[in-house]
Amino acid sequence: MELFKLTAHELHQKLVNKEVSSVEITQSVLGRIDAVEDKVQSYVNQTRELALAKARQVDEKIKKGEPISPLAGIPGAIKDNMCTKGIKTTCSSKILENFVAPYDATVIEKLTEQDMVLMGKTNLDEFAMGGSTENSGFFTSHNPWDLDRVPGGSSGGSAAAVAAGEAIWSLGSDTGGSIRQPAAYCGTVGMKPTYGRVSRYGLVAFASSLDQIGPIVRDVTDCALVMNAICGYDKKDSTSINSPVPDYTKALQVDVKGLKIGLPKEYFVRGMNPEVEKAVQKAVDQLVALGAEYQEVSMPHTEYGLSAYYLIAPAEASSNLARYDGVGYGMREEGDDIIAMYKKTRSKGFGAEVKRRIMLGTYALSSGYYDAYYMKALKVRTLVKRDFDRAFEKVDVLITPTAPSPAFKIGAMANDPLAMYMQDVCTIPVNLAGVPGISLPCGFVDGMPIGLQIIGKPLGEDTLLRAAYTYEQQNDYHKRFAPLGEV
Amino acid sequence: MKITRKNVEDVALLSRLEIPEEQIETMTGQLNAILEYVDVLNQLDTTGVEPTAHVLPLKNVMRADVVVPSLPRDAALANAPEQENGYFKVPKVTEG
Repeated sequence: MELFKLTAHELHQKLVNKEVSSVEITQSVLGRIDAVEDKVQSYVNQTRELALAKARQVDEKIKKGEPISPLAGIPGAIKDNMCTKGIKTTCSSKILENFVAPYDATVIEKLTEQDMVLMGKTNLDEFAMGGSTENSGFFTSHNPWDLDRVPGGSSGGSAAAVAAGEAIWSLGSDTGGSIRQPAAYCGTVGMKPTYGRVSRYGLVAFASSLDQIGPIVRDVTDCALVMNAICGYDKKDSTSINSPVPDYTKALQVDVKGLKIGLPKEYFVRGMNPEVEKAVQKAVDQLVALGAEYQEVSMPHTEYGLSAYYLIAPAEASSNLARYDGVGYGMREEGDDIIAMYKKTRSKGFGAEVKRRIMLGTYALSSGYYDAYYMKALKVRTLVKRDFDRAFEKVDVLITPTAPSPAFKIGAMANDPLAMYMQDVCTIPVNLAGVPGISLPCGFVDGMPIGLQIIGKPLGEDTLLRAAYTYEQQNDYHKRFAPLGEV
Repeated sequence: MKITRKNVEDVALLSRLEIPEEQIETMTGQLNAILEYVDVLNQLDTTGVEPTAHVLPLKNVMRADVVVPSLPRDAALANAPEQENGYFKVPKVTEG
Protein backbone atom coordinates (compact mmCIF):
# COMPACT_ATOMS: atom_id res chain seq x y z
CA MET A 1 0.00 0.00 0.00
CA GLU A 2 1.14 3.51 -0.75
CA LEU A 3 0.92 5.05 2.69
CA PHE A 4 1.84 8.50 1.39
CA LYS A 5 -1.51 8.64 -0.42
CA LEU A 6 -3.59 8.33 2.75
CA THR A 7 -5.01 11.11 4.92
CA ALA A 8 -3.91 11.92 8.46
CA HIS A 9 -7.09 10.45 9.97
CA GLU A 10 -6.70 7.22 7.99
CA LEU A 11 -3.06 6.91 9.04
CA HIS A 12 -3.89 7.68 12.68
CA GLN A 13 -6.35 4.78 12.66
CA LYS A 14 -3.68 2.48 11.25
CA LEU A 15 -1.22 3.60 13.92
CA VAL A 16 -3.74 3.03 16.69
CA ASN A 17 -4.62 -0.40 15.25
CA LYS A 18 -0.89 -1.15 15.04
CA GLU A 19 -1.24 -2.00 11.33
CA VAL A 20 1.69 0.27 10.48
CA SER A 21 4.35 2.18 12.37
CA SER A 22 5.15 5.87 12.17
CA VAL A 23 8.59 4.93 10.83
CA GLU A 24 6.93 3.03 7.96
CA ILE A 25 4.68 6.00 7.18
CA THR A 26 7.62 8.41 7.36
CA GLN A 27 9.71 6.18 5.11
CA SER A 28 6.88 5.97 2.62
CA VAL A 29 6.72 9.77 2.45
CA LEU A 30 10.53 10.04 2.27
CA GLY A 31 10.52 7.56 -0.61
CA ARG A 32 7.90 9.64 -2.32
CA ILE A 33 10.00 12.77 -1.86
CA ASP A 34 12.96 10.94 -3.41
CA ALA A 35 10.80 9.95 -6.39
CA VAL A 36 9.10 13.27 -7.17
CA GLU A 37 10.84 16.19 -5.45
CA ASP A 38 13.05 16.86 -8.47
CA LYS A 39 9.92 17.60 -10.48
CA VAL A 40 7.75 19.30 -7.87
CA GLN A 41 10.31 21.20 -5.80
CA SER A 42 8.07 21.78 -2.79
CA TYR A 43 10.78 21.93 -0.16
CA VAL A 44 13.30 24.63 0.63
CA ASN A 45 14.80 22.49 3.36
CA GLN A 46 14.14 18.86 4.37
CA THR A 47 14.50 17.55 7.92
CA ARG A 48 14.75 13.83 7.18
CA GLU A 49 16.78 12.65 10.16
CA LEU A 50 14.71 14.65 12.59
CA ALA A 51 11.56 13.18 11.03
CA LEU A 52 12.73 9.60 11.45
CA ALA A 53 13.89 10.23 15.01
CA LYS A 54 10.47 11.66 15.89
CA ALA A 55 8.71 8.75 14.18
CA ARG A 56 10.72 6.29 16.28
CA GLN A 57 9.68 8.17 19.44
CA VAL A 58 6.02 7.94 18.49
CA ASP A 59 6.36 4.21 17.74
CA GLU A 60 7.89 3.80 21.18
CA LYS A 61 4.88 5.53 22.75
CA ILE A 62 2.49 3.26 20.86
CA LYS A 63 4.46 0.20 21.87
CA LYS A 64 4.21 1.21 25.52
CA GLY A 65 0.46 1.59 25.13
CA GLU A 66 0.50 5.34 25.69
CA PRO A 67 -2.29 7.35 24.04
CA ILE A 68 -1.27 9.35 20.97
CA SER A 69 -2.75 12.58 19.61
CA PRO A 70 -4.43 12.69 16.17
CA LEU A 71 -1.41 14.11 14.34
CA ALA A 72 1.21 12.10 16.24
CA GLY A 73 3.61 10.34 13.93
CA ILE A 74 2.02 11.80 10.79
CA PRO A 75 4.45 13.55 8.40
CA GLY A 76 3.71 17.23 7.86
CA ALA A 77 5.36 20.21 6.18
CA ILE A 78 5.57 23.82 7.33
CA LYS A 79 5.71 26.90 5.14
CA ASP A 80 9.15 28.41 5.54
CA ASN A 81 7.91 31.65 7.08
CA MET A 82 7.15 30.07 10.46
CA CYS A 83 10.02 30.03 12.93
CA THR A 84 11.44 26.64 13.88
CA LYS A 85 14.06 26.56 16.60
CA GLY A 86 17.35 25.21 15.31
CA ILE A 87 16.01 24.74 11.75
CA LYS A 88 16.49 27.38 9.06
CA THR A 89 13.60 29.77 8.38
CA THR A 90 14.29 31.54 5.09
CA CYS A 91 10.97 33.01 3.88
CA SER A 92 12.41 31.92 0.50
CA SER A 93 14.47 35.11 0.61
CA LYS A 94 18.17 35.54 -0.01
CA ILE A 95 18.23 37.98 2.89
CA LEU A 96 17.31 35.18 5.34
CA GLU A 97 19.02 32.34 3.48
CA ASN A 98 21.01 31.26 6.56
CA PHE A 99 18.72 32.45 9.33
CA VAL A 100 18.14 29.94 12.12
CA ALA A 101 15.35 31.06 14.44
CA PRO A 102 16.24 30.97 18.15
CA TYR A 103 12.65 30.03 19.09
CA ASP A 104 9.62 28.13 17.84
CA ALA A 105 6.49 29.81 16.54
CA THR A 106 3.48 29.08 18.77
CA VAL A 107 1.97 26.81 16.08
CA ILE A 108 5.21 24.80 16.02
CA GLU A 109 5.14 24.46 19.82
CA LYS A 110 1.55 23.25 19.64
CA LEU A 111 2.28 20.74 16.86
CA THR A 112 5.38 19.52 18.66
CA GLU A 113 3.18 18.80 21.69
CA GLN A 114 1.10 16.70 19.29
CA ASP A 115 4.23 14.77 18.24
CA MET A 116 4.09 15.84 14.60
CA VAL A 117 6.73 14.43 12.28
CA LEU A 118 8.22 17.46 10.53
CA MET A 119 9.44 16.60 7.01
CA GLY A 120 10.74 20.07 6.22
CA LYS A 121 10.05 23.66 5.34
CA THR A 122 8.24 24.50 2.12
CA ASN A 123 8.80 27.03 -0.64
CA LEU A 124 6.87 30.29 -0.92
CA ASP A 125 6.86 33.54 -2.79
CA GLU A 126 9.49 35.60 -1.02
CA PHE A 127 8.03 36.85 2.30
CA ALA A 128 4.66 35.45 1.11
CA MET A 129 4.32 38.17 -1.54
CA GLY A 130 2.88 36.53 -4.62
CA GLY A 131 0.49 33.94 -5.94
CA SER A 132 2.66 31.40 -7.75
CA THR A 133 6.00 30.78 -5.93
CA GLU A 134 7.63 32.41 -8.97
CA ASN A 135 8.74 35.19 -6.61
CA SER A 136 10.66 32.74 -4.43
CA GLY A 137 14.26 33.84 -4.04
CA PHE A 138 15.36 30.25 -4.69
CA PHE A 139 13.22 28.40 -7.27
CA THR A 140 9.67 27.93 -8.54
CA SER A 141 7.61 24.99 -7.29
CA HIS A 142 5.53 22.99 -9.77
CA ASN A 143 1.88 21.96 -9.77
CA PRO A 144 1.56 18.17 -9.33
CA TRP A 145 -1.47 18.18 -11.68
CA ASP A 146 0.58 19.71 -14.50
CA LEU A 147 4.26 20.34 -13.94
CA ASP A 148 4.25 23.23 -16.44
CA ARG A 149 1.88 25.15 -14.22
CA VAL A 150 2.33 27.03 -10.96
CA PRO A 151 1.09 25.51 -7.71
CA GLY A 152 -0.27 28.92 -6.70
CA GLY A 153 1.02 30.92 -3.82
CA SER A 154 2.26 32.14 -1.73
CA SER A 155 1.94 28.83 0.18
CA GLY A 156 2.64 26.96 -3.08
CA GLY A 157 5.24 24.61 -1.62
CA SER A 158 2.87 23.48 1.15
CA ALA A 159 0.01 22.85 -1.30
CA ALA A 160 2.24 21.08 -3.84
CA ALA A 161 3.80 18.87 -1.13
CA VAL A 162 0.39 17.70 0.09
CA ALA A 163 -0.94 17.14 -3.45
CA ALA A 164 2.20 15.24 -4.52
CA GLY A 165 2.28 12.95 -1.47
CA GLU A 166 5.45 14.58 -0.13
CA ALA A 167 3.61 15.42 3.09
CA ILE A 168 0.30 14.25 4.53
CA TRP A 169 -0.67 17.68 5.88
CA SER A 170 0.88 21.13 5.94
CA LEU A 171 0.59 24.65 7.25
CA GLY A 172 0.39 27.74 5.11
CA SER A 173 -0.22 31.41 5.84
CA ASP A 174 -2.83 33.60 4.20
CA THR A 175 -2.64 37.39 3.84
CA GLY A 176 -4.78 37.83 0.70
CA GLY A 177 -5.49 34.23 -0.35
CA SER A 178 -2.12 32.54 0.13
CA ILE A 179 -3.61 29.38 1.67
CA ARG A 180 -6.87 29.13 -0.27
CA GLN A 181 -5.59 29.93 -3.78
CA PRO A 182 -2.75 27.33 -3.83
CA ALA A 183 -5.07 24.83 -2.12
CA ALA A 184 -7.51 25.37 -5.01
CA TYR A 185 -4.81 25.19 -7.70
CA CYS A 186 -3.46 21.90 -6.27
CA GLY A 187 -6.81 20.19 -5.57
CA THR A 188 -6.39 20.28 -1.80
CA VAL A 189 -8.35 21.72 1.12
CA GLY A 190 -7.12 24.97 2.68
CA MET A 191 -8.56 27.08 5.47
CA LYS A 192 -7.86 30.63 6.51
CA PRO A 193 -9.25 30.88 10.03
CA THR A 194 -10.81 34.02 11.55
CA TYR A 195 -8.17 36.69 12.13
CA GLY A 196 -6.88 36.07 15.66
CA ARG A 197 -8.00 32.44 15.90
CA VAL A 198 -4.43 31.17 15.43
CA SER A 199 -1.46 32.85 17.09
CA ARG A 200 0.87 34.72 14.73
CA TYR A 201 3.75 34.56 17.20
CA GLY A 202 6.74 33.32 15.21
CA LEU A 203 5.08 33.83 11.83
CA VAL A 204 7.39 36.19 9.94
CA ALA A 205 5.23 39.29 9.48
CA PHE A 206 4.14 40.43 6.02
CA ALA A 207 0.97 42.47 6.65
CA SER A 208 0.17 42.07 10.33
CA SER A 209 -3.50 43.09 10.23
CA LEU A 210 -4.21 40.47 7.52
CA ASP A 211 -1.81 37.51 8.10
CA GLN A 212 -3.27 34.27 9.45
CA ILE A 213 -1.90 30.72 9.64
CA GLY A 214 -4.01 27.75 8.58
CA PRO A 215 -4.00 24.14 7.29
CA ILE A 216 -3.53 22.80 3.76
CA VAL A 217 -4.63 19.16 3.72
CA ARG A 218 -6.24 16.37 1.64
CA ASP A 219 -9.76 16.46 3.07
CA VAL A 220 -12.08 18.34 5.40
CA THR A 221 -11.60 15.87 8.26
CA ASP A 222 -7.85 16.53 8.28
CA CYS A 223 -8.62 20.25 8.16
CA ALA A 224 -10.58 19.90 11.42
CA LEU A 225 -7.75 17.90 13.00
CA VAL A 226 -5.08 20.47 12.18
CA MET A 227 -7.38 23.30 13.28
CA ASN A 228 -7.85 21.56 16.63
CA ALA A 229 -4.09 21.44 16.99
CA ILE A 230 -3.21 25.05 16.10
CA CYS A 231 -6.08 27.30 17.25
CA GLY A 232 -6.30 29.13 20.52
CA TYR A 233 -5.42 32.21 22.53
CA ASP A 234 -1.76 33.05 22.96
CA LYS A 235 -0.56 35.73 25.31
CA LYS A 236 2.46 36.23 23.05
CA ASP A 237 0.14 37.52 20.28
CA SER A 238 -1.87 40.49 21.53
CA THR A 239 -4.21 40.15 18.53
CA SER A 240 -5.14 36.55 19.25
CA ILE A 241 -8.75 35.97 20.29
CA ASN A 242 -9.39 34.89 23.86
CA SER A 243 -12.37 32.61 23.37
CA PRO A 244 -12.68 28.84 23.76
CA VAL A 245 -11.81 26.63 20.78
CA PRO A 246 -14.51 24.08 19.94
CA ASP A 247 -13.64 20.52 18.94
CA TYR A 248 -13.84 21.02 15.18
CA THR A 249 -14.28 17.31 14.49
CA LYS A 250 -17.78 17.67 15.98
CA ALA A 251 -18.63 19.80 12.93
CA LEU A 252 -17.93 16.91 10.55
CA GLN A 253 -21.55 16.08 9.84
CA VAL A 254 -23.53 15.66 6.67
CA ASP A 255 -26.16 18.22 7.51
CA VAL A 256 -26.97 21.46 5.73
CA LYS A 257 -30.72 21.49 6.35
CA GLY A 258 -31.80 25.09 6.68
CA LEU A 259 -28.29 26.41 6.08
CA LYS A 260 -28.62 29.80 4.39
CA ILE A 261 -26.15 30.22 1.55
CA GLY A 262 -25.46 33.57 -0.08
CA LEU A 263 -24.07 33.89 -3.57
CA PRO A 264 -22.44 37.31 -3.91
CA LYS A 265 -22.96 38.27 -7.54
CA GLU A 266 -19.94 40.59 -7.56
CA TYR A 267 -17.60 37.61 -7.16
CA PHE A 268 -18.53 36.20 -10.52
CA VAL A 269 -16.28 38.65 -12.29
CA ARG A 270 -15.78 39.31 -15.96
CA GLY A 271 -13.03 37.16 -17.39
CA MET A 272 -13.83 34.31 -15.05
CA ASN A 273 -13.41 30.88 -16.58
CA PRO A 274 -16.98 29.69 -17.42
CA GLU A 275 -16.19 26.16 -16.24
CA VAL A 276 -15.24 27.54 -12.83
CA GLU A 277 -18.54 29.38 -12.62
CA LYS A 278 -20.45 26.21 -13.63
CA ALA A 279 -18.65 24.07 -11.04
CA VAL A 280 -19.47 26.52 -8.26
CA GLN A 281 -23.12 26.71 -9.31
CA LYS A 282 -23.28 22.91 -9.39
CA ALA A 283 -21.87 22.73 -5.87
CA VAL A 284 -24.52 25.15 -4.64
CA ASP A 285 -27.23 23.09 -6.36
CA GLN A 286 -25.97 19.97 -4.59
CA LEU A 287 -26.13 21.67 -1.21
CA VAL A 288 -29.61 23.00 -1.98
CA ALA A 289 -30.72 19.46 -2.89
CA LEU A 290 -29.61 18.45 0.61
CA GLY A 291 -31.79 21.05 2.28
CA ALA A 292 -29.76 24.27 2.17
CA GLU A 293 -31.41 27.48 1.00
CA TYR A 294 -29.74 29.96 -1.25
CA GLN A 295 -30.15 33.54 -2.29
CA GLU A 296 -28.17 36.01 -4.28
CA VAL A 297 -26.61 38.75 -2.20
CA SER A 298 -24.88 41.96 -3.20
CA MET A 299 -21.52 43.01 -1.84
CA PRO A 300 -21.07 46.25 -3.77
CA HIS A 301 -17.56 47.11 -2.57
CA THR A 302 -15.97 43.83 -3.66
CA GLU A 303 -14.18 45.27 -6.69
CA TYR A 304 -12.60 47.96 -4.49
CA GLY A 305 -11.20 45.35 -2.12
CA LEU A 306 -8.31 44.49 -4.40
CA SER A 307 -7.25 48.14 -4.68
CA ALA A 308 -7.52 48.73 -0.93
CA TYR A 309 -5.49 45.58 -0.31
CA TYR A 310 -2.70 46.60 -2.68
CA LEU A 311 -2.21 49.76 -0.63
CA ILE A 312 -2.74 48.34 2.87
CA ALA A 313 -0.64 45.18 2.51
CA PRO A 314 2.41 46.94 0.97
CA ALA A 315 2.13 49.73 3.56
CA GLU A 316 2.28 47.22 6.40
CA ALA A 317 4.99 45.25 4.60
CA SER A 318 7.19 48.30 4.09
CA SER A 319 7.12 48.83 7.82
CA ASN A 320 7.52 45.15 8.79
CA LEU A 321 10.43 44.61 6.41
CA ALA A 322 12.37 47.60 7.73
CA ARG A 323 13.91 45.15 10.23
CA TYR A 324 16.05 43.51 7.54
CA ASP A 325 18.96 45.88 7.85
CA GLY A 326 22.00 43.63 8.04
CA VAL A 327 22.50 44.21 11.76
CA GLY A 328 20.77 41.69 14.03
CA TYR A 329 20.41 38.74 11.66
CA GLY A 330 20.28 37.87 7.99
CA MET A 331 22.54 38.86 5.16
CA ARG A 332 24.87 41.87 5.17
CA GLU A 333 26.60 43.62 2.28
CA GLU A 334 29.36 45.92 3.40
CA GLY A 335 29.11 49.64 2.68
CA ASP A 336 31.20 52.72 3.45
CA ASP A 337 28.79 53.97 6.08
CA ILE A 338 25.72 52.57 7.76
CA ILE A 339 23.20 53.94 5.25
CA ALA A 340 25.23 52.47 2.38
CA MET A 341 25.36 49.15 4.23
CA TYR A 342 21.57 49.15 4.69
CA LYS A 343 20.97 49.99 1.04
CA LYS A 344 23.39 47.44 -0.35
CA THR A 345 22.14 44.71 1.98
CA ARG A 346 18.49 45.27 1.19
CA SER A 347 19.03 45.75 -2.53
CA LYS A 348 20.94 42.51 -2.83
CA GLY A 349 18.81 40.53 -0.35
CA PHE A 350 15.29 41.34 -1.60
CA GLY A 351 13.81 40.22 -4.90
CA ALA A 352 11.97 42.43 -7.41
CA GLU A 353 8.41 41.94 -6.10
CA VAL A 354 9.40 42.57 -2.49
CA LYS A 355 11.21 45.76 -3.51
CA ARG A 356 8.21 46.87 -5.58
CA ARG A 357 5.88 46.42 -2.59
CA ILE A 358 8.25 48.14 -0.16
CA MET A 359 8.43 51.08 -2.57
CA LEU A 360 4.66 51.18 -3.06
CA GLY A 361 4.01 50.91 0.68
CA THR A 362 6.57 53.56 1.57
CA TYR A 363 5.07 55.88 -1.01
CA ALA A 364 1.50 55.28 0.26
CA LEU A 365 2.61 56.07 3.81
CA SER A 366 4.80 59.03 2.97
CA SER A 367 4.01 62.60 3.92
CA GLY A 368 1.68 64.20 1.40
CA TYR A 369 0.27 60.92 0.08
CA TYR A 370 -0.83 59.23 3.34
CA ASP A 371 -4.39 60.58 3.28
CA ALA A 372 -4.89 60.06 -0.44
CA TYR A 373 -3.73 56.46 -0.46
CA TYR A 374 -3.31 54.72 2.90
CA MET A 375 -6.11 56.44 4.83
CA LYS A 376 -8.44 56.16 1.84
CA ALA A 377 -7.73 52.43 1.64
CA LEU A 378 -8.47 51.97 5.36
CA LYS A 379 -11.83 53.68 4.91
CA VAL A 380 -12.66 51.46 1.96
CA ARG A 381 -11.69 48.49 4.12
CA THR A 382 -14.50 49.56 6.45
CA LEU A 383 -16.94 49.54 3.52
CA VAL A 384 -15.77 46.05 2.44
CA LYS A 385 -16.20 44.79 5.99
CA ARG A 386 -19.72 46.30 6.16
CA ASP A 387 -20.62 44.34 3.01
CA PHE A 388 -19.85 41.16 4.96
CA ASP A 389 -21.69 42.33 8.09
CA ARG A 390 -24.80 43.03 6.00
CA ALA A 391 -24.59 39.77 4.06
CA PHE A 392 -24.27 37.79 7.28
CA GLU A 393 -27.46 39.36 8.61
CA LYS A 394 -29.24 37.37 5.86
CA VAL A 395 -27.13 34.25 5.34
CA ASP A 396 -24.92 31.83 7.30
CA VAL A 397 -22.23 31.33 4.68
CA LEU A 398 -21.17 32.81 1.35
CA ILE A 399 -20.10 30.64 -1.56
CA THR A 400 -17.79 31.87 -4.31
CA PRO A 401 -15.03 30.50 -6.53
CA THR A 402 -11.63 30.54 -4.79
CA ALA A 403 -9.90 31.89 -7.90
CA PRO A 404 -11.30 33.08 -11.23
CA SER A 405 -9.43 30.39 -13.17
CA PRO A 406 -7.34 27.26 -12.58
CA ALA A 407 -3.55 27.29 -12.18
CA PHE A 408 -1.75 29.19 -14.94
CA LYS A 409 1.42 28.26 -16.82
CA ILE A 410 4.73 29.13 -15.22
CA GLY A 411 5.89 32.48 -16.63
CA ALA A 412 2.49 33.44 -18.08
CA MET A 413 2.13 36.51 -15.86
CA ALA A 414 5.76 37.20 -15.08
CA ASN A 415 5.84 40.68 -16.56
CA ASP A 416 2.43 41.82 -15.44
CA PRO A 417 2.14 42.28 -11.67
CA LEU A 418 -1.43 43.56 -11.99
CA ALA A 419 -2.67 40.47 -13.86
CA MET A 420 -1.12 38.37 -11.12
CA TYR A 421 -2.86 40.45 -8.44
CA MET A 422 -6.24 39.79 -10.15
CA GLN A 423 -5.97 36.10 -9.22
CA ASP A 424 -6.61 37.15 -5.60
CA VAL A 425 -9.82 39.04 -6.32
CA CYS A 426 -12.10 36.44 -4.65
CA THR A 427 -9.93 35.81 -1.61
CA ILE A 428 -8.69 39.28 -0.59
CA PRO A 429 -11.97 40.73 0.76
CA VAL A 430 -12.07 37.84 3.27
CA ASN A 431 -8.75 38.98 4.78
CA LEU A 432 -9.83 42.62 4.79
CA ALA A 433 -12.93 41.64 6.80
CA GLY A 434 -11.02 39.19 9.00
CA VAL A 435 -13.61 36.42 8.52
CA PRO A 436 -12.80 32.72 7.94
CA GLY A 437 -12.77 31.01 4.54
CA ILE A 438 -12.16 27.51 3.27
CA SER A 439 -11.30 26.27 -0.21
CA LEU A 440 -12.06 22.71 -1.29
CA PRO A 441 -11.98 20.92 -4.64
CA CYS A 442 -15.24 21.13 -6.65
CA GLY A 443 -14.32 19.83 -10.09
CA PHE A 444 -11.80 20.04 -12.91
CA VAL A 445 -11.27 22.06 -16.05
CA ASP A 446 -8.90 20.52 -18.60
CA GLY A 447 -7.52 18.25 -15.90
CA MET A 448 -6.81 21.09 -13.47
CA PRO A 449 -8.60 21.34 -10.10
CA ILE A 450 -11.16 24.05 -9.35
CA GLY A 451 -11.60 25.48 -5.85
CA LEU A 452 -14.89 26.22 -4.09
CA GLN A 453 -14.65 28.93 -1.45
CA ILE A 454 -17.01 28.97 1.52
CA ILE A 455 -16.83 32.09 3.69
CA GLY A 456 -18.23 32.30 7.21
CA LYS A 457 -18.99 34.64 10.07
CA PRO A 458 -16.22 35.52 12.54
CA LEU A 459 -15.39 32.36 14.53
CA GLY A 460 -17.81 30.43 12.27
CA GLU A 461 -15.19 27.82 11.31
CA ASP A 462 -17.43 25.01 12.57
CA THR A 463 -20.23 26.03 10.19
CA LEU A 464 -17.73 26.18 7.32
CA LEU A 465 -16.42 22.72 8.15
CA ARG A 466 -19.95 21.29 8.32
CA ALA A 467 -20.90 22.75 4.92
CA ALA A 468 -17.58 21.69 3.40
CA TYR A 469 -17.80 18.19 4.85
CA THR A 470 -21.37 17.76 3.58
CA TYR A 471 -20.31 18.79 0.09
CA GLU A 472 -17.17 16.66 0.14
CA GLN A 473 -19.05 13.50 1.14
CA GLN A 474 -21.30 13.79 -1.96
CA ASN A 475 -18.33 13.87 -4.31
CA ASP A 476 -15.02 12.15 -4.88
CA TYR A 477 -12.82 15.07 -5.94
CA HIS A 478 -10.80 14.90 -2.73
CA LYS A 479 -10.01 11.23 -3.36
CA ARG A 480 -8.34 11.81 -6.71
CA PHE A 481 -4.59 11.92 -6.68
CA ALA A 482 -2.52 14.23 -8.87
CA PRO A 483 -1.40 12.44 -12.08
CA LEU A 484 2.16 12.65 -10.85
CA GLY A 485 0.99 9.80 -8.64
CA GLU A 486 0.91 7.47 -11.65
CA VAL A 487 4.44 8.38 -12.78
CA MET B 1 -1.36 62.08 -9.03
CA LYS B 2 1.43 60.61 -11.07
CA ILE B 3 4.59 59.21 -9.60
CA THR B 4 7.73 60.77 -11.08
CA ARG B 5 11.28 59.60 -11.47
CA LYS B 6 12.19 61.99 -8.65
CA ASN B 7 9.52 60.38 -6.39
CA VAL B 8 11.00 56.97 -7.09
CA GLU B 9 14.47 58.17 -6.12
CA ASP B 10 13.16 59.78 -2.93
CA VAL B 11 11.10 56.74 -1.94
CA ALA B 12 14.06 54.46 -2.65
CA LEU B 13 16.13 56.43 -0.16
CA LEU B 14 13.34 56.29 2.45
CA SER B 15 13.07 52.52 1.81
CA ARG B 16 16.83 52.08 2.08
CA LEU B 17 16.93 50.53 -1.39
CA GLU B 18 19.23 51.17 -4.31
CA ILE B 19 17.41 51.16 -7.63
CA PRO B 20 20.00 50.92 -10.42
CA GLU B 21 19.80 53.76 -12.94
CA GLU B 22 18.58 51.45 -15.73
CA GLN B 23 15.72 50.11 -13.58
CA ILE B 24 14.30 53.43 -12.38
CA GLU B 25 12.17 53.87 -15.48
CA THR B 26 10.68 50.37 -15.22
CA MET B 27 9.96 50.84 -11.52
CA THR B 28 8.34 54.22 -12.20
CA GLY B 29 6.15 52.66 -14.89
CA GLN B 30 5.10 49.70 -12.74
CA LEU B 31 4.29 51.85 -9.71
CA ASN B 32 2.27 54.19 -11.90
CA ALA B 33 0.31 51.27 -13.36
CA ILE B 34 -0.58 50.07 -9.86
CA LEU B 35 -1.43 53.59 -8.64
CA GLU B 36 -3.63 54.17 -11.69
CA TYR B 37 -5.42 50.93 -10.93
CA VAL B 38 -6.01 51.74 -7.26
CA ASP B 39 -7.33 55.13 -8.31
CA VAL B 40 -10.79 53.50 -8.54
CA LEU B 41 -10.94 54.04 -4.76
CA ASN B 42 -11.59 57.69 -5.47
CA GLN B 43 -14.92 56.76 -7.07
CA LEU B 44 -16.15 56.01 -3.56
CA ASP B 45 -17.38 58.73 -1.25
CA THR B 46 -15.83 57.89 2.12
CA THR B 47 -16.90 61.07 3.91
CA GLY B 48 -17.66 60.17 7.52
CA VAL B 49 -16.45 56.58 7.14
CA GLU B 50 -14.18 55.46 9.98
CA PRO B 51 -10.93 53.78 8.88
CA THR B 52 -10.40 50.11 9.75
CA ALA B 53 -6.77 49.51 10.65
CA HIS B 54 -7.67 46.28 12.35
CA VAL B 55 -10.75 44.02 12.38
CA LEU B 56 -10.78 43.08 16.06
CA PRO B 57 -12.31 45.45 18.61
CA LEU B 58 -9.07 45.50 20.60
CA LYS B 59 -7.57 48.46 22.39
CA ASN B 60 -4.40 48.51 24.47
CA VAL B 61 -4.08 44.85 25.40
CA MET B 62 -2.51 44.95 28.85
CA ARG B 63 -0.63 42.38 30.84
CA ALA B 64 1.08 42.28 34.21
CA ASP B 65 4.68 43.47 34.08
CA VAL B 66 6.34 40.27 35.22
CA VAL B 67 9.99 39.47 34.68
CA VAL B 68 10.40 36.32 32.58
CA PRO B 69 13.58 34.83 31.15
CA SER B 70 14.65 36.54 27.94
CA LEU B 71 16.64 35.22 25.01
CA PRO B 72 20.19 34.43 26.18
CA ARG B 73 22.80 36.78 24.70
CA ASP B 74 24.48 33.99 22.75
CA ALA B 75 21.23 32.99 21.11
CA ALA B 76 20.38 36.62 20.32
CA LEU B 77 23.76 37.14 18.68
CA ALA B 78 23.92 33.77 16.93
CA ASN B 79 22.60 35.11 13.60
CA ALA B 80 24.48 38.44 13.67
CA PRO B 81 26.45 39.13 10.49
CA GLU B 82 29.13 40.73 12.66
CA GLN B 83 29.61 40.88 16.44
CA GLU B 84 32.26 41.91 18.92
CA ASN B 85 32.49 41.53 22.71
CA GLY B 86 28.85 40.52 23.00
CA TYR B 87 27.53 43.37 20.85
CA PHE B 88 26.21 43.71 17.30
CA LYS B 89 28.85 45.43 15.19
CA VAL B 90 27.91 47.98 12.53
CA PRO B 91 29.86 50.37 10.28
CA LYS B 92 30.70 53.75 11.74
CA VAL B 93 27.56 55.82 12.38
CA THR B 94 28.97 59.15 13.60
CA GLU B 95 31.25 61.64 11.89
CA GLY B 96 34.83 62.33 12.93
